[in-house]
Amino acid sequence: MNRAKQISFHHGACVPLAELPCLDFSTFRESLLEEVAGDARVASFFGHPAADGINLYAVLAHDWQGDLALLHTKVKTSFPSLTPECPQLHLFERELAEQYGLRPEGHPWLKPVRFHQNWIDAADIWGRDPDRHPIPGDMDFYRVEGEEVHEVAVGPVHAGVIEPGHFRFQCHGEEVLSLEISLGFQHRGIEQMLVGGPHPASIYQLEAAAGDTSIGHTIAYSQVLESLAASEVSPRAYAVRAIALELERLANHVGDIGAMAGDVGFLPTSSFCGRLRGDYLNLMAELCGSRFGRGLVRPGGVQFDLHPELVKMLLQRLAVLEKETRGAIELCFDSPSVLARFEGIGILNIDDAEALGLVGVAARASGLLRDVRLHHPLGDGHKFSDPPVIETDGDVFARGNIRRREIYASHAMIRETLTSLPAGANCTPLGPLAPESLAVSLCEGWRGEVVHVGLTDAQGQLARYKIVDPSFHNWSGMALVLRGEQISDFPLCNKSFNLSYCGFDL
Amino acid sequence: MLHILSERLRQGHRTGKFPKQEPTLPERFRGLPQITPNLNQQQRTDAVASCPFSALHDKSEKLQIDLGCCLFCADCPAVELGALEFSHDYRLAASSRDNLLLGDETYRLAEKLNKRMLKLFGRSLKLRQVSAGGCNACEADLNVLSTLVFDLGRFGIQFVASPRHADGIMVTGPVTENMRSALLDTYAAIPEPKLVIASGACAIGGGPFRGSSETNSGLGDLLPVDLYIPGCPPHPYTALDGLLRLLNRR
Repeated sequence: MNRAKQISFHHGACVPLAELPCLDFSTFRESLLEEVAGDARVASFFGHPAADGINLYAVLAHDWQGDLALLHTKVKTSFPSLTPECPQLHLFERELAEQYGLRPEGHPWLKPVRFHQNWIDAADIWGRDPDRHPIPGDMDFYRVEGEEVHEVAVGPVHAGVIEPGHFRFQCHGEEVLSLEISLGFQHRGIEQMLVGGPHPASIYQLEAAAGDTSIGHTIAYSQVLESLAASEVSPRAYAVRAIALELERLANHVGDIGAMAGDVGFLPTSSFCGRLRGDYLNLMAELCGSRFGRGLVRPGGVQFDLHPELVKMLLQRLAVLEKETRGAIELCFDSPSVLARFEGIGILNIDDAEALGLVGVAARASGLLRDVRLHHPLGDGHKFSDPPVIETDGDVFARGNIRRREIYASHAMIRETLTSLPAGANCTPLGPLAPESLAVSLCEGWRGEVVHVGLTDAQGQLARYKIVDPSFHNWSGMALVLRGEQISDFPLCNKSFNLSYCGFDL
Repeated sequence: MLHILSERLRQGHRTGKFPKQEPTLPERFRGLPQITPNLNQQQRTDAVASCPFSALHDKSEKLQIDLGCCLFCADCPAVELGALEFSHDYRLAASSRDNLLLGDETYRLAEKLNKRMLKLFGRSLKLRQVSAGGCNACEADLNVLSTLVFDLGRFGIQFVASPRHADGIMVTGPVTENMRSALLDTYAAIPEPKLVIASGACAIGGGPFRGSSETNSGLGDLLPVDLYIPGCPPHPYTALDGLLRLLNRR
């Protein structure tokens, strides 16, 4: 057992880098694989350059113990890829190759992730011109050859008002044999902009990391800084954050069910949910002036308080919305014609979901109980009154039904939190960040687990900031479920995941 | 079937009365900023230095705010310094980049299209939306315009799938390096004459990603913009108000 070689800690702790042993690569590899073969999963895996190589850090989550583990090693220009034995690392290793020119030897699918230039002065893995910006989507796509096989290329610009991404389908007639997704079109360089911070602009960049998950990302960011500054947020601030997080979940889940209903041509639910989604966004705006929760969460607490009249108004409006939402959703889940289109489509089995490291709604729909609110809570903002929501079929219906049940659970959670708001300050100013330390923060955004890791330098400034949006894990699951499906079911499968492009691209 | 009909009755009629009736916005909504009059030199310098997005300028001894760069931050440091405050006015769209610069004068809202363009697009405007690095907040609040609350279709405005069917392009996002050519290709595919609408702080000036080497810091001179819609993201009523002004419907 190599347990002694790693650092085990709880969410919210600040780990001094000096206490973190630098393992030789074979021990690192062995420990990581042993952990993953047990009950751990990789929450984050990233590099940070030093004078004599690249430091690699792996954050492992032990969900049922409620703790996290850190593994650290250092490599020069290449390392034997762990992906063949641990597929959930596949994108993390591709990131390392793209960011630092670090070659994961033996990686079975080594292609660019976001199409940007190297972050350090290192040779490009793919031999592209170092002086020119890479061309997005310029990579070797997986191809199926054969007389009756054809390829369908979609994007980056899609038909609706949505974000850009490129999809390559290999089809035989209507049947999809393989789907490969190439993203990076929304890459804005967020992680690089955060280096040297926290800057005055940082929090606003995180609010726009994935604009539909502003609350999720700002909570994760604030928790990193609070952990590094060893500052505890008041119970009231935790409660307000929890309310906002559930409001964000409600707006998006309701919108998603509407969109799924729209995709199978069931217009009543589609129309009702489109309106209801906006009403949940309006509740958020009552809280902080912005429909997307901009300006609410700040390191140290929250910027807006819930005065008694506002609490009363929110409760009243929520009660009305709850009834209307139930009516709109149940209509769709009661319709045999809708269920016939939802059931048995886009199935992701539990083994694949686990191997790919899926999180959030998609993981819970495939039978994996992964929920930060349950496993790694911080503060006591979240009170789970109902048993956690889980489905086992892994199809479109399961992903829809997870949302439906979570919507009802969120209503109850918000109501309970609003009626038992603890007293306390909204915001407590943050002290300086601990130098040469690392903090990990998790937050269950509406799509799933948002993981942020902050690493400080000797001056207590952020030397590396790593963001993992749930979409980072889940896009691979979405590509997988298309295999063997009709290409015409792509929109429905896609909506049932509803992943973020910008959260992935950063 | 009866179930669907009874639910339809219960959900009721939801389309707003805009533009005949002004919308009710939340109390904490942050709209058109108002510069505090008679600020002294020091106050102006402090205010200019306080904005992380360079939205404030000291222009001929007066403080000026660039609504194209302003994110309407809840914790605006210039508000804390007393240099400005946010009003409740959601009407923000403007016709030119210069009109987004607001001092102590009255804000010049978007003007109607010229006679020829109005004749072409006044009763039917089809738009192709391109997200060029947008965070999906701008996109989400444009999508909302097509829901039954706003019912964009009743004004003859519609988002379409193909640029070939479009009369204009609505851009969101700071124009990432990786989306630049796809954006220009989409624009080129729209038949002439065509409109360009920059929606949100990112598309106008890069928003929170201004200065990133991976973005173009907004449309800049890439495309000739006909309508600027400020906000991060713009409120749906801000966008709708801008579109209706453009079409001479307000």
